Amino acid sequence: MDYNWNWSVLLEEQYLDWLISGFGWTIAVALSAWCIAIVIGALVGVGRTVPNRLISTLCTAYVELFRNIPLLVQMFIWYFAVPEMVPEDMGRWMKRDMPNPEFVTAVVALGLYTASRIAEQVRAGIETVPPGLSAAGKAHGLSLSQIYRYILLPISFRLIVPPLTSEFLTVFKNSSLALTIGLLELTAQSQQIAEYTFQGFEAFTAATVIYVCIALLATVIMILLEKYTRIPGYVGKEG
Amino acid sequence: MIDIHNISKWYGEFRVLTDCTTKVSKGEVVVVCGPSGSGKSTLIKCVNGLEPIQQGQIHVDGAEVTAKGADLTALRSRIGMVFQHFELYPHMSVLENLCLAQEKVLKRSRTEAEERARALLARVGMSEHSTKYPSQLSGGQQQRIAIARSLAMDPIAMLFDEPTSALDPEMIKEVLDVMVELAQEGMTMMVVTHEMGFARKVADRVIFMDVGAIVEDRPTADFFDNPESERAKDFLSKILNH
Ligand SMILES: Nc1ncnc2c1ncn2[C@@H]1O[C@H](COP(=O)(O)OP(=O)(O)OP(=O)(O)O)[C@@H](O)[C@H]1O
Ligand SMILES: [Mg+2]
Repeated sequence: MDYNWNWSVLLEEQYLDWLISGFGWTIAVALSAWCIAIVIGALVGVGRTVPNRLISTLCTAYVELFRNIPLLVQMFIWYFAVPEMVPEDMGRWMKRDMPNPEFVTAVVALGLYTASRIAEQVRAGIETVPPGLSAAGKAHGLSLSQIYRYILLPISFRLIVPPLTSEFLTVFKNSSLALTIGLLELTAQSQQIAEYTFQGFEAFTAATVIYVCIALLATVIMILLEKYTRIPGYVGKEG
Repeated sequence: MIDIHNISKWYGEFRVLTDCTTKVSKGEVVVVCGPSGSGKSTLIKCVNGLEPIQQGQIHVDGAEVTAKGADLTALRSRIGMVFQHFELYPHMSVLENLCLAQEKVLKRSRTEAEERARALLARVGMSEHSTKYPSQLSGGQQQRIAIARSLAMDPIAMLFDEPTSALDPEMIKEVLDVMVELAQEGMTMMVVTHEMGFARKVADRVIFMDVGAIVEDRPTADFFDNPESERAKDFLSKILNH
């Protein structure tokens, strides 16, 4: 193979700036989407387990809808189709005046999609809590919302920290799809550097290393969280 | 105190309870026994409204549990319930287990709740374990804490659903001792159990159930010495001979 390795392009000011800015957008999209996903995912996940038929059906519909349409398609729908479907004034605003339209769209699409996956984890977590515990709470006179708040949610949260870690990592990886609607996040910037410099290997290696570092950091944070919330002597995982 | 009048309950097509009628007066201890699946658990769960019924009425301390729109949370907070598998909250320390409902339902202050909790832990002999978590304790210890947790609500009556049947034999006594003491202090109790020694010692009456119906409901000595029905005789001979 006849390839001229040249790592120093990565340190040239212009390209370094691109990488840093790409990194910044990736973090911004992923973290914003994560916040939306946690809030909506928790609500929808809880909604699937409540005794109210209407609420649980609506929440199930949400999960099935958002989980089963490919994320890329959802990105396109939010970016291209939704502005045409909403009332005209709003559509015009979305297309012309909304600040950072690519960023906002990517955050909404990724956030709502990830929410459907988190909702499933939350529901599974709640359903793993032995039913006798809610019965005990009920027998002591706790209301349904108190049972959720003090018993079901704290226990299931601890149970789902490991699967949430992998969702958290997935959000960073999925954020790269935002490049398809024109957001210059990390992957898009590496691609751009590759095109300008013909140093594709270096550019994508840099992106890879950055993604791996993000993943390691995220994993460490979640491990600490898991340690911190561990129940002494519970589920045989005493550290 | 507890007045169960002609109740029936179905799970779908399946009739779990058939025309059950009985009363538990203030200070009385009633043992409920019968073969597995006869509806004992279901019967006592109906008393605090954990299970709805389709026919009949239940009154507790004059209030109708089964009335439409009855304030079940208020009622439940006045009736203690102890389960076969303890059901302590695993993510809370022993002390927090005892305080939760006191604070959230009875609206006691933290200090008040802790004071009451500590007094009850002392009473069931668990004082030195207040900062431990349930999974760090033996079954017998957990069940004593579960009893203390119910007592912390100052209940007017206590329901027990096979409180010792998940325990190793050597731990049964420590739990029964607590229950005997409670009975002797005049607590109104309805106890599902197969511990016939306990029944003989403290029960005023024994209710024998089979396929969802109350087959016998008689004073303790009567029940043991000359059970009327064949099924009760059969049940007693099996349970006493093993
Ligand atoms: N949620 C439910 N749905 C359908 N059937 C149920 C339900 N709970 C209990 N049953 C049935 O009702 C019957 C009575 O159950 P229950 O738990 O009251 O019996 P039990 O006398 O307490 O038995 P055990 O000694 O095994 O605890 C059983 O046949 C059981 O299978
Ligand atoms: Mg039972």
